[in-house]
Amino acid sequence: MVRIICKGLYKTYDKAGTKALKNVNLDIDAKGILTLIGRNGAGKTTFIRILSTQLKPTRGKVILDGVDVVSQPEKIRNKIAVIPQDSSLVPWMTAKQNILVYLLWRGFKYKDAVKRAESALDTMGIREYADKLPRKLSGGTRRKVMVATVLSSEAEIIFLDEPTTGLDPVSRRELWNILNKMKEDKLIILTTHYLEEAEELSDDIAVLDRGRLLRVGSINQLRKSIGYPYAVRIFDGGLKIPGIRGKVIKKDKDTLQIFCTEKEADRIADRLIRSKARFSINPTSLEDIFYMLIGDIKEDIHEKEQA
Amino acid sequence: MKRSRLSQLSASVLANAIYAMQNFPVMLINTILAPFGFLLIIFFVSHGTLLNVAIIGALIMTMVTSGTSLQGDLTHLKNDMKLQDMLVSSPVSPIIYIAGMALSEIVFSIPNIVVLGLLAVVFIHMSYVSAAIIAAVMLLTFAFSVSLGFFISTISRDIIEGWAFMGLISMLLATLPPVYYPITYIPLPFRYLAYLSPTTYSAMIAQNSIGFLSLSSSGIYLSWTILLGISFFILFLGIKRSRWREG
Repeated sequence: MVRIICKGLYKTYDKAGTKALKNVNLDIDAKGILTLIGRNGAGKTTFIRILSTQLKPTRGKVILDGVDVVSQPEKIRNKIAVIPQDSSLVPWMTAKQNILVYLLWRGFKYKDAVKRAESALDTMGIREYADKLPRKLSGGTRRKVMVATVLSSEAEIIFLDEPTTGLDPVSRRELWNILNKMKEDKLIILTTHYLEEAEELSDDIAVLDRGRLLRVGSINQLRKSIGYPYAVRIFDGGLKIPGIRGKVIKKDKDTLQIFCTEKEADRIADRLIRSKARFSINPTSLEDIFYMLIGDIKEDIHEKEQA
Repeated sequence: MKRSRLSQLSASVLANAIYAMQNFPVMLINTILAPFGFLLIIFFVSHGTLLNVAIIGALIMTMVTSGTSLQGDLTHLKNDMKLQDMLVSSPVSPIIYIAGMALSEIVFSIPNIVVLGLLAVVFIHMSYVSAAIIAAVMLLTFAFSVSLGFFISTISRDIIEGWAFMGLISMLLATLPPVYYPITYIPLPFRYLAYLSPTTYSAMIAQNSIGFLSLSSSGIYLSWTILLGISFFILFLGIKRSRWREG
């Protein structure tokens, strides 16, 4: 468990005057995987760069595992490792050499570094590529080697900025499995654009939008926080259900979606069973929570009134 | 965990020199040949009369090239590989990183220095004092070139900007100064341009030490003072003004 505290965190990029973070406040005991989601320019990368001591905030306090990372960054650097967005392997070194020099930079003795590099390659299932140059590796394998560099280190907190962007579905799934193993003894803080990835992997999710932290918590906590933990989908647009207490969205001509409480979902379900309508009930997806939080889901009042 | 500084230094040498040479030997050939091209031209054009100066000049230029290469390498690693970001968020300090990277450039230049050193022994019959002066000049030239290279790499936001800076540094440190020939070959008022470059003072001191140029005592003191002053200023700039963690 790693406590992360942010108080009144602001970041403005001087030259452009862009306000990347606006009054971010957070206090969380994070474990496993904490995922930051948000659209482009939401402030995810800025936030991760401040937490990982690469960037100074304009103002505000950030305490990571009891260390003030703004004023004493060197005290936390023993415990953290990061794979930045768009980072890549050094092209003139083999996969193993890339991992090895990273470990040497972290101060491991040569023999220990070699052992750790080989063990990380084994864990990732890419030992056969150890002596290959990056240009001879697929995109997925290159990304696995990047992850192996931080996995092989002693760092307890790992930052991964969009680690799966550009990967094919199979490579992505393989990386998820690796991250799920990694999180057993490390805290992973990652950013992603893929909401299903965040839902699948995360113990906690932080939603950022236009520099503000909108919500943070487990997926269930987020569901509760929006007030609509269930989504009822009715595949019969013409059906009338009086007195709906929830958010009604018309998905298409024949499909209606109702976000509601558990009790309301039960009531609607009873009604639908009696009407022999086709429908499904699911916990509200992260995608729907996200769009509700950023205000991109507009209720169809007309549809609700008609119902 | 006890961290080894030696490991941290050796990481840079392995990453930027040993593994590069091992995996791409053509880089080594290119590095060895680079200063000899100009040395040969000077040799032919001067009918051999400037060979001594050109050998010393090639040694000094090897040091300057280390600095400009370092800037190119660091800019590439920082902007294209995001290596600097990875290392900022790790226990390695910027001083150790840059010291290791500077060492890596020296390692890359060793074959060059060895060959040019042998040529110097064969063609220039210099005293131990002259050899020591030339070694000190090479060291200072290396120090300011590398510091300038590091400083510029940390403020370059992308490789295009890095290339532009590299061209400017190359002009300042390598084109303007009379490294392969005496400064008296440059007519006035163009000579004043050469005085803008710290490498000019390196070359003048080295040429004076082998008796090719005859500087007065005050000229020697002035050259040392300027060279030391500029070197310390650039070192200070490299240490204090380089951007490791972004603000």
